[in-house]
Amino acid sequence: MMSNLTGAERASAMLITGIGVVIGLTMAIAGRNDVMGAQGWIVLAFSAVLFFVVANALYHPEPTEDRTTSYYDDPTKVGILLALFWAVVAMGIGVWVAAQLAWPNLRFDAAWSSFGRIRPVHTSGVIFGFGGNALIATSYHIMQRTSRARMPDQVTPWFVLLGFNLFCIIAASGYLMGVTQSKEYAEPEWYADIWLVVVWVAYFVLYIRTLARRNEPHIYVANWYYLAFILVVAVLHIVNNLAVPASFAGAKSYSAFSGVQDAMTQWWYGHNAVAFFLTSGFLGMLYYFLPKRAERPIYSYRLSILSFWGITFFYIWAGSHHLHYTALPHWVQTLGMTFSVMLLIPSWASAGNALMTLNGAWHKVRDDATLRFMMVAAVFYGLSTFEGSFMAIRPVNALSHYTDWTIGHVHAGAMGWVALITFGSIYALTPVLWRRERMYSGMAVEWHFWLALAGTVIYVFAMWNSGITQGLMWRTYTESGTLRFSFTDTLIAMHPYYIARALGGLMFLIGACIGFWNVIMTIRHVPNLSPELDYPKSSKATEPAVPVAE
Amino acid sequence: MTILAILIPVTLLMGIVGLGAFFWTLRSDQYEDLSGDAERILFDDDRPLPAKNARPPAKFKETTP
Repeated sequence: MMSNLTGAERASAMLITGIGVVIGLTMAIAGRNDVMGAQGWIVLAFSAVLFFVVANALYHPEPTEDRTTSYYDDPTKVGILLALFWAVVAMGIGVWVAAQLAWPNLRFDAAWSSFGRIRPVHTSGVIFGFGGNALIATSYHIMQRTSRARMPDQVTPWFVLLGFNLFCIIAASGYLMGVTQSKEYAEPEWYADIWLVVVWVAYFVLYIRTLARRNEPHIYVANWYYLAFILVVAVLHIVNNLAVPASFAGAKSYSAFSGVQDAMTQWWYGHNAVAFFLTSGFLGMLYYFLPKRAERPIYSYRLSILSFWGITFFYIWAGSHHLHYTALPHWVQTLGMTFSVMLLIPSWASAGNALMTLNGAWHKVRDDATLRFMMVAAVFYGLSTFEGSFMAIRPVNALSHYTDWTIGHVHAGAMGWVALITFGSIYALTPVLWRRERMYSGMAVEWHFWLALAGTVIYVFAMWNSGITQGLMWRTYTESGTLRFSFTDTLIAMHPYYIARALGGLMFLIGACIGFWNVIMTIRHVPNLSPELDYPKSSKATEPAVPVAE
Repeated sequence: MTILAILIPVTLLMGIVGLGAFFWTLRSDQYEDLSGDAERILFDDDRPLPAKNARPPAKFKETTP
């Protein structure tokens, strides 16, 4: 991989990793009396390893590859493998967290393994580690293919991918040490937040630079979804993480807002993280890989563009539905509720568009588990967006909020929609990226599909039952007007569902492990697709317009 | 609720950026050939097109009848 970088690119990579080493060392020294010091050592180790990898290859010969005739896929490949690695780790921790709820002794009496610390490792690990890496990797693939142009340089994509993973490592290791600012999905402290802004701006600029180089006049709709994801997440992240560090030598910081103001900012961020991270980006994936795999254009391209603008303009107003019946002004709650219900229209437009694309190709869905992943993902997208709009209605929310129903809803979206579309895209992408004839084992893809589907259904049904039981028990009064059930009563009622939930999660995890194994085996053992490039290499028509290694 | 004085303008500003992007797509003929745009991603030749600046100058462009 290093051999594809020019000398100048290796030098700048060395400079960047060198700066990383200095930053890590500064954090380690400044924070020596705080957990921030430990985080500094992690930054230092991460940067130092990369520094030596680059330094080792600094004086290797210049690449001979002609950059005008191929896309730059190395970071995409690494991103896919990182996504699968994070999937296995974070889903594994998810199963552990779920098991702790059913059998609390599984904490083993350590501080780092308490529910409050490993739960964010699970959530950040699956959302950012698995989802984020998958989004970055697929966006690299899609931005180049749909623009029919190569990425502008070979350092920025690595910077974004590896920088993002450094953020994920800092976040996850920090949670285990007790570093958190207690904002859901935004737990990392100020230094990690600042680093993510740097990485994210580089990502946005890279995307725009690639689009600016496009040789295809039209910007395919998937790119718009990815762009909205990058841009909006950047703004949300900055506003929600405005905080004053208690000291530059420590991890602790204080939010710029307090009370309900802070809650509003958090859920303005939190719901839009769902909207633009977990929906918009993955819709980009859907709109590229589903037509590609089904070998037919999207049913209504016009509708896909309309639903993009619909989602972009509606979603951002929906966050306050997380704060029904709180100190938030009533009209703000109603505003959030109204937009949440309106969102059903563009959401179902996308889900319907995906399913109508497959209409007429059901035999492919029957035979091809990869396409089936995408089809079921679209169905779960439709289901969970309906459920979301429904739960945002205030009287429904009175029953559902603070119960396991919410957990069920989130996992219908995260497992059924986000993870399934990602696995489908990875199975479609792997043979293309590594130029293999097929996946190593078609049967393993089938097993993964059925394990993932069964796991999701078991999980979601368990949480629906548990949540509604819990919600109803909480609001049951005796004739004398006191609460009928104690909190312990609800726990006992939820126990069987918690066991079922851990089982569903375990099935999903096994599927992910099979998927990771299958991808590795495909890379290592499936023969190359030959001819590698389906065009004459010697013809004048394909002669490079610029000399090799410009 | 002073926070709304920040969040609503920020949100509106993002909406305006979105609207600007939408008007840009209209002005730059992004929606002229939607069915062609949807079909072209299905092409199988997995390599970039020659760069724009490598194309013949505009005066040699084919004239439409």
